[in-house]
Amino acid sequence: MIETRLTLVAAVSVVFVLGAIIELIRRHRLQERYALLWIATGTVILVLSIWRQALHGFADLIGVAYPPSALFMVAGLFVFVVLLHYSTVLSRLSEQNKTLAQRLALLEERLGDRERPRRAA
Amino acid sequence: MRKAAVVPAFNEAGSIAGVVAEIRAADPELEVVVVDDGSTDATAELASCAGATVLRLPYNLGIGAAVQTGLQFASENDLAIAVQIDGDGQHDARELAQLLAPIISGEADIAVGTRFAGERLYRPSVARRIGIALFAGIVSIIVRQRVTDTTSGFRAMNRRGIRLFAADYPHDYPEVEATVLVFRHRLRMVEVPVAMRQRETGRSSITAFGSLYYMGKVSLALFVGLLRPRPTAG
Repeated sequence: MIETRLTLVAAVSVVFVLGAIIELIRRHRLQERYALLWIATGTVILVLSIWRQALHGFADLIGVAYPPSALFMVAGLFVFVVLLHYSTVLSRLSEQNKTLAQRLALLEERLGDRERPRRAA
Repeated sequence: MRKAAVVPAFNEAGSIAGVVAEIRAADPELEVVVVDDGSTDATAELASCAGATVLRLPYNLGIGAAVQTGLQFASENDLAIAVQIDGDGQHDARELAQLLAPIISGEADIAVGTRFAGERLYRPSVARRIGIALFAGIVSIIVRQRVTDTTSGFRAMNRRGIRLFAADYPHDYPEVEATVLVFRHRLRMVEVPVAMRQRETGRSSITAFGSLYYMGKVSLALFVGLLRPRPTAG
């Protein structure tokens, strides 16, 4: 019975999260490229929580005695991948940000603009 | 032959004017380029009044990016020589001639002022000395040349050095990685013994907690750097 409840809770949560992701994309607050990994994560968890045999088969395969633990493991793994992906995105953004600031400083000097408005602290 | 002194400065209002004046007095031919790394005090204005060209970064990017900005300026203006001097008065402008000599003579592409020589005015703590020696040892092995001080930010370089660093320079705590970078690009580096002073104002960018990050970050960068393919000559 534990597993039936888990199936229900997992499936409902995932559907809710997937809905939220779609809504964020619809409102242009989340770009498709960053939503894809989340959607993949949600889909895999949804499939595994509904399709009992697949979860059991997978748990057997990796030697996990209690199938719901395997579900959490898969979810954790996906979240890890998503976070790692974001770290690379963050690194690229900070590199671009640095380059942009440097170009700004060089161009401003070339303009000889000594009276630009004071920047916010 | 145009040459510039690149002075990275972050909230150095207390010392920047003196540093600029000192550099100009030591070598009137040097164009002083102060890179204001998002200071919240009057660093930029004071540097400008003291006669320096000022590059103002819109926000604090860290020492690596600040130095790189100055070298990008040198690269864009096709300066023949650039010297990097800290804005806190730690580096003695009277040593400039010595530092520039191997660059002017063409003996080296990069000259690094090392502090473990000269008047011995600089006395780092035991922990810091161990850290410096450790990285100097590791870098010496990697580059197959004796390097005694990989933490010095007092450096002179010719066009090749300027071009290299303008294009590729580590983000923070850059000196150790930069040293390895120099050798990987087959540039010639020499160390020049110079006297350094205790800081006039401000604090070292390396704090107690920062040392841990410093060791970890630099070690990781060195290790991963070895896994990268050697850049082709040019």
